[in-house]
Amino acid sequence: MVVVMPANFLRQLGHWTTDRLWRLGFASRFLLMTLLYSGTALRRFNLTMREIYFTGVLSLIIILVSGLFVGMVLGLQGYDTLQRYGSSEALGVLVALSLVRELGPVVAALLFASRAGSAITAEIGLMKATEQLSAMEMMAVNPIARVVAPRFWAGVISMPLLAALFSAMGVLGGYLVGVQLIGVDEGSFWSQMQSAVDFRQDVMNGVIKSFVFGALVSWIAVFEGYDAEPTAEGVSGATTRTVVTSSLAILAADFVLTAFMFRGV
Amino acid sequence: MNRAAIDLWVGLFVALGLAALLFLALKVGNLSSTDVGETYAVQANFDNIGGLKVRGAVKSAGVVVGRVGEIRFDRENYVAQVSMNIDKRYQFPRDTIATINTSGLLGEQYVGFEVGGDPEMFKPGDVLKKTQSAMVLEKLISQFMFSKAAEDEGKK
Repeated sequence: MVVVMPANFLRQLGHWTTDRLWRLGFASRFLLMTLLYSGTALRRFNLTMREIYFTGVLSLIIILVSGLFVGMVLGLQGYDTLQRYGSSEALGVLVALSLVRELGPVVAALLFASRAGSAITAEIGLMKATEQLSAMEMMAVNPIARVVAPRFWAGVISMPLLAALFSAMGVLGGYLVGVQLIGVDEGSFWSQMQSAVDFRQDVMNGVIKSFVFGALVSWIAVFEGYDAEPTAEGVSGATTRTVVTSSLAILAADFVLTAFMFRGV
Repeated sequence: MNRAAIDLWVGLFVALGLAALLFLALKVGNLSSTDVGETYAVQANFDNIGGLKVRGAVKSAGVVVGRVGEIRFDRENYVAQVSMNIDKRYQFPRDTIATINTSGLLGEQYVGFEVGGDPEMFKPGDVLKKTQSAMVLEKLISQFMFSKAAEDEGKK
């Protein structure tokens, strides 16, 4: 009996590991298929256009409002710390750099995952549960080309735009609180910001980050939807998994990207 | 929702996003101000460059006239070779002195040009003859402490 217990545990561990690996492999092949069948999504662009409307345009309000509030909070908190060292003019630098480099891409991607990613998973999962995907296959329509690829590309296209809007709104929020409310000098707020923020090093790296996050979130969302168990319970579980997995993936990818981009700067 | 309305909204969304990116590039970033125009390279050797970094500013009379292009270590003379890209619009006499200054007490370091009186101007690729190294705060403090201690010894 004493020998059986560890063997059981090892068997469970092995099962868990192979299960995870198999799923990761399946997800990778799924991504490859999505890319391979992207022709339709790009040729019949109105399909993708419709999805950009649902994922991008409808996320605008939450992104703009959150960006404004994050920027305003940064303005308040940053001023509180900076004025102790007599450098409250550097508030613009603090707000702009933290937004453009980190908060813009990351928070926008987290919001995007919970606002649009979950919706994509639920939609595709429900299509599977109600056998719409099988019906498409019966009619010789490839569901990956018709349903999955447009949603994937819509996410990849929307995400950088949303992140840029988030950062821009955040800078405006920081300006409103810092300059209009507290009374930091307007000229030095903007000029110090402009001399510290580099277009290639900071702004473009932020855009690259948000591209990667967009691809990650969209990939996870469409895969979880496609892989969902075709039951009500399965779809709800898949939706939860999308939000959890994409949030973790965003933060982990952010660490890796930051380590590559800003090392030694 | 019909096709035209979706197209309109998506168009608006993309335009807004691009406008935000433009705002970040021009108003928040420095795409509009520096690094435009042609440059020529000059070199200078320093005993100690302190915390000078690549893409640091080169200033004359407080105005940014160029950027630090490359920093190397000279293995033969054990000095730092700094090559700087100076804006073509600005010409400097050949006896200009390059110093490494700090903006503020603890700010970042930049190369300052103190203009000389030579009628001949720099040509691309020239090496500045006179340089002054970075001031290292720890050295200054230790010098001050030692001289203070020596003074106290003398009084006793």
